[in-house]
Amino acid sequence: MATEQFTGAEIVIKALKDQGVDTVFGYPGGAVLPIYDAIFKQNDIKHVLVRQEGGAVHAAEGYARSTGKVGVVLVTSGPGATNAVTGLTDALLDSIPLICLTGQVPTHLIGNDAFQEADTTGITRPCTKHNYLVRDIETLSRTMHEAFYVAQNGRPGPVVIDLPKDVQQGKIDTYLAPEDVKHRSYRPQVNGEVDHINEAVELIANAKRPVFYVGGGVINSGSSASAVLTELVRLTGAPCTTTLMGLGAYPGTDKQFLGMLGMHGTYEANLAMYNCDVMINVGARFDDRITGVIDEFSPDSKKIHIDIDASSINKNVMVDLPIVGDAGRVVEEILRIWKEKKHSLDTKSLKAWWLRIDEWRAKDCLGYVQDGPIIKPQHAIKRLYELTKDRKPYITTEVGQHQMWAAQYFHFDEPKKWMTSGGLGTMGYGLPAAVGAQLAHREDLVIDISGEASFMMNMQELGTIAQYKLPVKIFIVNNQWMGMVRQWQQLLHGNRHSESYSDALPDFVKLAESFGLKGMRCEKAEDLDQMLQEMIDSPEPVIFDCQVAKEENCYPMIPSGAAHYEMLLGPEDSAAKPISEEGMVLV
Amino acid sequence: MAPMDTNIESRTIAVLVDNEPGVLARVIGLFSGRGYNIESLTVTEVDVAHGLSRITVVTSGTAQILEQIKAQLGRLVPVHRVRDLTKEGTSVERELALIKVAGAGEKRVEALRIADIFRARVVDSSHDHFVFEMTGKSDKLDVFVDLMQPLGLIDVSRTGVVAISRGAKAL
Repeated sequence: MATEQFTGAEIVIKALKDQGVDTVFGYPGGAVLPIYDAIFKQNDIKHVLVRQEGGAVHAAEGYARSTGKVGVVLVTSGPGATNAVTGLTDALLDSIPLICLTGQVPTHLIGNDAFQEADTTGITRPCTKHNYLVRDIETLSRTMHEAFYVAQNGRPGPVVIDLPKDVQQGKIDTYLAPEDVKHRSYRPQVNGEVDHINEAVELIANAKRPVFYVGGGVINSGSSASAVLTELVRLTGAPCTTTLMGLGAYPGTDKQFLGMLGMHGTYEANLAMYNCDVMINVGARFDDRITGVIDEFSPDSKKIHIDIDASSINKNVMVDLPIVGDAGRVVEEILRIWKEKKHSLDTKSLKAWWLRIDEWRAKDCLGYVQDGPIIKPQHAIKRLYELTKDRKPYITTEVGQHQMWAAQYFHFDEPKKWMTSGGLGTMGYGLPAAVGAQLAHREDLVIDISGEASFMMNMQELGTIAQYKLPVKIFIVNNQWMGMVRQWQQLLHGNRHSESYSDALPDFVKLAESFGLKGMRCEKAEDLDQMLQEMIDSPEPVIFDCQVAKEENCYPMIPSGAAHYEMLLGPEDSAAKPISEEGMVLV
Repeated sequence: MAPMDTNIESRTIAVLVDNEPGVLARVIGLFSGRGYNIESLTVTEVDVAHGLSRITVVTSGTAQILEQIKAQLGRLVPVHRVRDLTKEGTSVERELALIKVAGAGEKRVEALRIADIFRARVVDSSHDHFVFEMTGKSDKLDVFVDLMQPLGLIDVSRTGVVAISRGAKAL
């Protein structure tokens, strides 16, 4: 009997199956036709045809972020690969595990400026965790499995595998299974050092004003990480705040939760960070949106930093106690020792600390007044939250004011429900990400909270939504401005609104109808609840054009170049505290 | 929080990597992309059986930046080991230079005399030129090159620094 022969394309599909992949987001082209042919001949892996490769990568991000699995993308060479670059960079900055398979011209043509040739590994080297060019079919199955290992282990990230067409068409009679492949050197440290963990427990136990500062690392670490973190926070009784990426890692409706921190975080979260004596950073990276001006960042605290990526430690903020390891594993260990030693925080100090926090909370920094017929954007999102919370929806967002309002007024009690472009700030992320989330969770409510400008950036994916009958709800907070740009121009550039007006917008209702989707427009506050309910109840995909107050600003806000205690709470504050010149050069 | 140290130091860092396509580009890209300095960089395969290359990079920065550089190198997937040869114990550093000096008469004699003092070897010569080979610490090579300048120096090729730790322990 002759030994079984596989083509390279068949090996790709077999490896995907063996890695447990059920969905691939992609767009065909000349250099990946053999793989598309192999897809045609099987039924285990579903291919989802997007409308532009950038959409495929964001959809895979939404899929990955909402499931905890690796998202898979398949695109052709040249423009297919270059269109994927923004999404890859987005996934790198937000630590999303992705595999992006790119077609490549045949090996003998590489370097010849052949049709649709691009130096894909060269272009994607700085925007991937790792990448491969497979020049030899012998290495193909090993490379596929290694790539999955690299994408998921350590700090997750995107991995590109560039596949020349002749490698896809070549034949081979050997295939390595996942269990036969071990990476020769990449072994990220997952368990924290015991001494450091013990030291952390002591530091927390002796804290008078502790705060947990929680990031996306906890979500990446898996649902059990959120569970142990929540148990530890509750056991200590300490306050907890999360980053934009960390929303849902700790229950958003819990009384110990202070809301998000940072530039548009809550007053109480930022002041707790400024005034704490022990800061426990779990899986966050002291991003510049969080710290404000570094010199004045939480000056009197001892800082514990738990991170799986050693390069995050002491990058922006010098910490007292670094622990390199997986957030879930380290917290689990802290929790175990805490219980074993029967520690508890000093009741009197903790009570005094909460009294101060309650005073900051009393400022009601997210308060707004909804009066009259014009819908306040904050109100729109708050009502959306209240009317959908029982269904535990998956929420994606675009980038800008609506994103910050969503982070402020939507609350997430569990991880993996919230998908937003945090690090890169990619407008156009939310619509394709909602496609990915809905494909992974067909029966659940998936809402893209969008702005009208961001929506326009990837609205071609309406075609994907229509084709696959995905009941995604696209909730456009339409203020006819690139709102965050306009806000910064108002605060920093003398109200000169240079090129930030959303002119020549389409009629979103007609646009929806042209794709066979349901379109709705809400212009009056009194209609909002009833129309929202209609959207939620609809089994169809819906574009909801929510026309809101045009020049509302997003508060509270730490202006660039300012410290946590210099938060602006509203327009009156903005007038009183002009932004410094040093602050203006920052982004 | 401790005040940031602004003192700039120079360090020699050894990096053991998989000898695979693109690995050098990854390391160089990391330095250029993050704005770190490269004062010298050498690379070649050192273990053919295991496909390992060794990169020696001389870089400079504040203590915090230098720690970042090492951490960033350490998280590249094909990197096996990163060692700070300047900070972790003592090390031997060497560089090789080939130096071409053209001229005749007194200057030619003087060039040969200085080369002798510096223990540079003549590896090529004609009636009107010498090629000297010299090995040593980089500052010694600098001095020799400077001395050759007025004596007809026309070409210099240097390897960059290679380094190895002192003592019986491997990288």
